[in-house]
Amino acid sequence: MPLSLSASDESIRAGEKGPAARLALSIVTRMAEVFGATELMDITGAHIDSTIYIGEAGLEFAERLASLDARVVVPTTLNVSGLDEHHWQEWAVPTDWAEKAARQMAAYRAMGCVPTWTCAPYQLDVRPQFGQQIAWGESNAIVFANSVLGARTERYPDLLDICCALTGRVPAFGLHLTDNRAGEVLLRLRDVPASLQQDDSFYPVLGHLVGKIAGDRVPVIDGLIVRPNEDQLKALGAAAASSGAVALFHLVGVTPEASTTEHALQGRAPTEKRVIGPDDLRAARRELSTADGEALDLVVLGSPHFSLAEFRRLAPLLAGQRVHPNVQFLVTSSRIMTELARSAGFLATLEAFGGRVTVDTCILASPMLPAGIEHLMSNSAKYAYYAPGMLNARVAFGSLEDCVRSAVEGRIVRDDSLWNA
Amino acid sequence: MERIIRGRVLIPGRAEGTLLVSNEPLSFWGGFDPRSGEIIDRRHPLSGENAAGTILALPAARGSSTTTAVLLEAIRAGTAPAALLTNGPDTFFALASIVADELYGLPIPLIALEPGDFASLQSGDWIGIDENGRLTITKQFESTAPQTPTEITNDQT
Repeated sequence: MPLSLSASDESIRAGEKGPAARLALSIVTRMAEVFGATELMDITGAHIDSTIYIGEAGLEFAERLASLDARVVVPTTLNVSGLDEHHWQEWAVPTDWAEKAARQMAAYRAMGCVPTWTCAPYQLDVRPQFGQQIAWGESNAIVFANSVLGARTERYPDLLDICCALTGRVPAFGLHLTDNRAGEVLLRLRDVPASLQQDDSFYPVLGHLVGKIAGDRVPVIDGLIVRPNEDQLKALGAAAASSGAVALFHLVGVTPEASTTEHALQGRAPTEKRVIGPDDLRAARRELSTADGEALDLVVLGSPHFSLAEFRRLAPLLAGQRVHPNVQFLVTSSRIMTELARSAGFLATLEAFGGRVTVDTCILASPMLPAGIEHLMSNSAKYAYYAPGMLNARVAFGSLEDCVRSAVEGRIVRDDSLWNA
Repeated sequence: MERIIRGRVLIPGRAEGTLLVSNEPLSFWGGFDPRSGEIIDRRHPLSGENAAGTILALPAARGSSTTTAVLLEAIRAGTAPAALLTNGPDTFFALASIVADELYGLPIPLIALEPGDFASLQSGDWIGIDENGRLTITKQFESTAPQTPTEITNDQT
């Protein structure tokens, strides 16, 4: 069936809303045809991942749209950019690179987007509500919006996200539609002790494993005996969206479309069933580390961006201690979370420890790390997954406590007791 | 030996080149260097291979939605694969190709294959692709004895 357009779509296509909207709609409709959508639907908001400066083409695209007087027609937040706008000079960002990344930031700001510069837009005060149709980019944000908030977005790639925001329209396909939100792979936790389930580091490890098993399917995870907090769900989703293409997971008894296993599966039979036990989790945890010794240059926290609750949990671990002189300690977060952490006094504790904060960006999106940073440690499965290829670094994955202790001792140390219980 | 398979055309175009195939999805963000065309995801089976100018066959893009932007950079820089083959349709690759068309008039062909056809692909084979999604595959590094095509085609140049 061919794509049918509304009267308002036709008016955009005829150029009545300007050349930028027309270009954006052309891209949206061509994508709709690729996916066999027969109509477009309205959205209530967008989150734009195209803000990361990758190179000339992405910048040309943004500046082309801005020069055509593009304006977003729904409330639109911005993902991380390529640099910490006001502090990039403190790092190793090349000046010419910074100039281009700043131009790209300016282009998106000129389109009327809110300059939030965060990969965790779900930590902002205003966030999508259950059932709302949205167009979000950034894999960890997509999986959080779908799974935890119950809002509905497909995996909007860079460049398409802004086209949706400029038209307020998305193809009616994929995870926008109830049918496609049913669980497909049923994963049952077995013999995983509550003490481990309560630990923050359980969630990125579980997510890494879930992403590997599920690929691009919708996993249903059953058997959790604790109630995870939002930061733990954030870590689970970010990991599953790194090792796999997971855009929606159901956690039975926890996430809003999974009051029961049957509800999560929408009454259908799963295409695959798998039991996850302690051995599987131990193997997944090992996989997240590529470091083979104790050498440590940088401890980095905050992918996705550190929340206020995470700053609150970190502060008492740092109090009264000092980072080892050979190690850097970095937290990546958003401006808003950092300001809240400053008001609460958590930032003073971090600074007294010898740690630093970078906002607007992260070590994967900005060429900010100086040469010689080769051994990283993080509690983030996303950092652990991407750093070996992108930064040519060896990575150790550990809990928040492991990360702090390692930063103090100047070498990688990990407490395995929870995992071997 | 030559054989023909057909796929669903997501982005039409002609291309030919050596096949580089993996059954593992790949995130181009963090997995592909648009300056060189090298696959740099050290956990990926194609790590270290240069995909520029090849016919790259992957089940799908993985993970980060920045894959599209990286592929667009590669198309602009001339380091992109000559065409992409996927196991079913893939959003990220299709979009990069459409935007490359809208911005530069440089779409790269994207063909979605049936799982059985995808599974039959082998790295090193030579592939020609036409606008209708027909793939002509010539086996490489095998018997040097004379071979006859399994299907006679009438629009070969």
